[in-house]
Amino acid sequence: MTYFSNYNSDGLYDEMFNSDGSPRPAVQLLVERINNFEEGEFIRRQITAEYALLRMGITFNVYADEQGVEKIFPFDLIPRIIDSKEWEWIERGLKQRIHALNLFIDDVYHEQKILKDGIIPQEVVLSSDRYLKQCIGLDPPRGIWCHITGTDLVRDGDGQIYVLEDNLGCPSGVSYVVENRQLMKRTFPQLFGMYQIQPVEDYPSHLLDMLQYIVSDRVITPEVALLTPGIYNSAYFEHSFLAQQMGVELVEGRDLVVMDGYLHMRTTKGFQRVDVLYRRINDDYLDPDVFNPESLLGVPGLMDVYKSGRLALINAPGTCVADDKVVCAYVPQIIKYYLNEDIIVPNVPTYMCWEDDDRKYVLEHIHELVVKEANQSGGYGMLIGPHSTKAECEDFVQRIKQNPRNYIAQPTLSLSRVPVLIDDHFEGRHVDLRPFILYGEDIYVLPGGLTRVALKKGSLVVNSSQGGGSKDTWVLSNTP
Amino acid sequence: MLSRVAESIYWMSRYIERTENVARFVDVNLQLLLDQPEGIQAQWDPLVATTGDDELFREKYGEPSHETVIKFLTFDSENPNSIISCLQAARENARSIRENISSEMWEQINDTYLMVTETPEEWVMTEPHQFFTDIKVASQLFIGQTDNIMSHSEGWHFCQLGRLIERADKTSRIVDVKYFILLPSVVDLNTSIDDIQWGALLHSASAFEMYRRTHGLISPNNVVHFLLLDRDFPRSILYCLTNAEESLHAISGTPLETFSNPAEQGLGQLQSEFAYAQVDQILNTGLHEFLDTFQTKLNLVGEDIYKTFFALRPIEELSTASQTQMQ
Repeated sequence: MTYFSNYNSDGLYDEMFNSDGSPRPAVQLLVERINNFEEGEFIRRQITAEYALLRMGITFNVYADEQGVEKIFPFDLIPRIIDSKEWEWIERGLKQRIHALNLFIDDVYHEQKILKDGIIPQEVVLSSDRYLKQCIGLDPPRGIWCHITGTDLVRDGDGQIYVLEDNLGCPSGVSYVVENRQLMKRTFPQLFGMYQIQPVEDYPSHLLDMLQYIVSDRVITPEVALLTPGIYNSAYFEHSFLAQQMGVELVEGRDLVVMDGYLHMRTTKGFQRVDVLYRRINDDYLDPDVFNPESLLGVPGLMDVYKSGRLALINAPGTCVADDKVVCAYVPQIIKYYLNEDIIVPNVPTYMCWEDDDRKYVLEHIHELVVKEANQSGGYGMLIGPHSTKAECEDFVQRIKQNPRNYIAQPTLSLSRVPVLIDDHFEGRHVDLRPFILYGEDIYVLPGGLTRVALKKGSLVVNSSQGGGSKDTWVLSNTP
Repeated sequence: MLSRVAESIYWMSRYIERTENVARFVDVNLQLLLDQPEGIQAQWDPLVATTGDDELFREKYGEPSHETVIKFLTFDSENPNSIISCLQAARENARSIRENISSEMWEQINDTYLMVTETPEEWVMTEPHQFFTDIKVASQLFIGQTDNIMSHSEGWHFCQLGRLIERADKTSRIVDVKYFILLPSVVDLNTSIDDIQWGALLHSASAFEMYRRTHGLISPNNVVHFLLLDRDFPRSILYCLTNAEESLHAISGTPLETFSNPAEQGLGQLQSEFAYAQVDQILNTGLHEFLDTFQTKLNLVGEDIYKTFFALRPIEELSTASQTQMQ
């Protein structure tokens, strides 16, 4: 008996196997190799890998849990493989998308041509919680707003890949991409000889390059700092990992102060100027003088320094307007408008509840659809129709009627699956993919990205806060 | 270096040193009890007294016993100076500065912490020596990594400063408590029990073998000299003060023999006092008083380090200060 002999894709799209159960061409070698492992070998290595994660302290805190409770982000050993041809298409699509989104953001904070030309209803953008009036007329250094994006991709049952959302705020997960690769190399060195896999370890170098490029026309040796909310934040590991790998200071709000028109860090030798702040806190908390006055995470006066051009903020405040799920639905039009191109990687079809026809359809078909609040992320505030009770659906019907602007709906995709080790055998679990895109001198897409797995049987929610895990993602240099 | 980071490095290092000292001290005294002639009451009190937490102990456990003392000093997270509490504090500090120390250093601390949390209490009760040895080795590994992986720049000097100040404090406490117990029997010098007790004091500071090579036979004067005033033994108070002072000056860039802040002044005075002290004088005026005053002064140095390097001073105060400098 081999490892995969009882594996069943249940008629769903499987990333590794064709519908007849034969391995897809790119993974054939991998399946053969795994089938040759001795019995028990795989489980043994899985346990070793999980312990290594704990030792390295690669953990995250769950807000709902008692403070300070750390969990490892579950890691599954079978890599998810993407062949070079498909990746090349994804990469082109993402570059196109980010290019257009940046033009869009710049436009809505300046002339608003796209609104005036009626491509997007004005109120859709201007009524968004994420449209920041404080940013109107601002010119971020080098005209770049969305320096770092973590776009979520999903594959539907027919094999088509869609963009689910863009995550232009503070997308996290890239540290797991780098660490997962290192862990895989330690655990299964023998698997790496079979394929030419595109490297991900150089992400911190690309990131630092981008951060320095943003101000390099103004400062010769820019001082970069990474702003974290602190050790109790769920992504703290990532913040410290990136700062460590780039060799930049990891700062908290209390380490920073605005003085003489510049941002400074408090050091043992006095104040030191900061030129680029890669901030991992949301716009709302950046500056209590301008945004949420209760914020203790940010720095009073920060926005004044930013406005004066003496500080680059990564991403630029206000960028998240393009993250609004409603605005996101208009990306095909946005790409057409600014680039005069057709969208390469399509959006998930989206119904907008403030359009009468769409709303009527949503209310009638709510039990088939996924309904999302426009401004929520992390798997919160959503309804998965087919998995919900009548009462839960009815609750969303009422909410949509009360505030249609705040809701969108999408067909329930049957996300593709991958084999995952469950106890002592493999079972299919749903996945998505979050590639990371950097916009500096040019647009760079990290080959692969974070493959998140919904570890609960049948679940479609892959977020780490909701019991998701991850896999190493291999983008092949050439398809064997 | 960020003030907050410097403070965390300093405390990370202090807590690791404290962990090692608690482990060594408990281990040595447990072994000592094994050769106690019957009739001599187990001396648990000094173990608890050395960490300075006797009140908390009596409140929780009453009279000390083998189990309660080990539990209190090892696993009791309500005791701020237990091994688990120190490791937890070291780890929290390390976690907040992971980007400043090497991954190996962080993993070493994390590993030790996980090792202790995964160790069953019963096992420590039956195999204490193995457990405490593991802790000591873990701490020494960490110090070795600090020396050989971390750049010997500002962060490393804060590490040194924290470790040496902690060590000087712990050595003074070990000497103080042990001497207090041994004092009544000074007249019975050279009895075998006494030799063992003085030997145990040296063992508590890992000083026995080095003492032998320096002084040979055990005498109270020489033991006190070795632990307080020896210039070469890395756990003697003088050695700690001299090297802490060097690090402090490396941080500020002020030449030795001069000072630019209260911490340097206080530490310099303390170092000179030890550098020019004589054992006879110390013993005549009273060792306990001498060490007590020393601990108070060392605490003051600690406070001055905090004020000079770690405290987040208000902007107004600092901008006036920098203006005065410019004039």
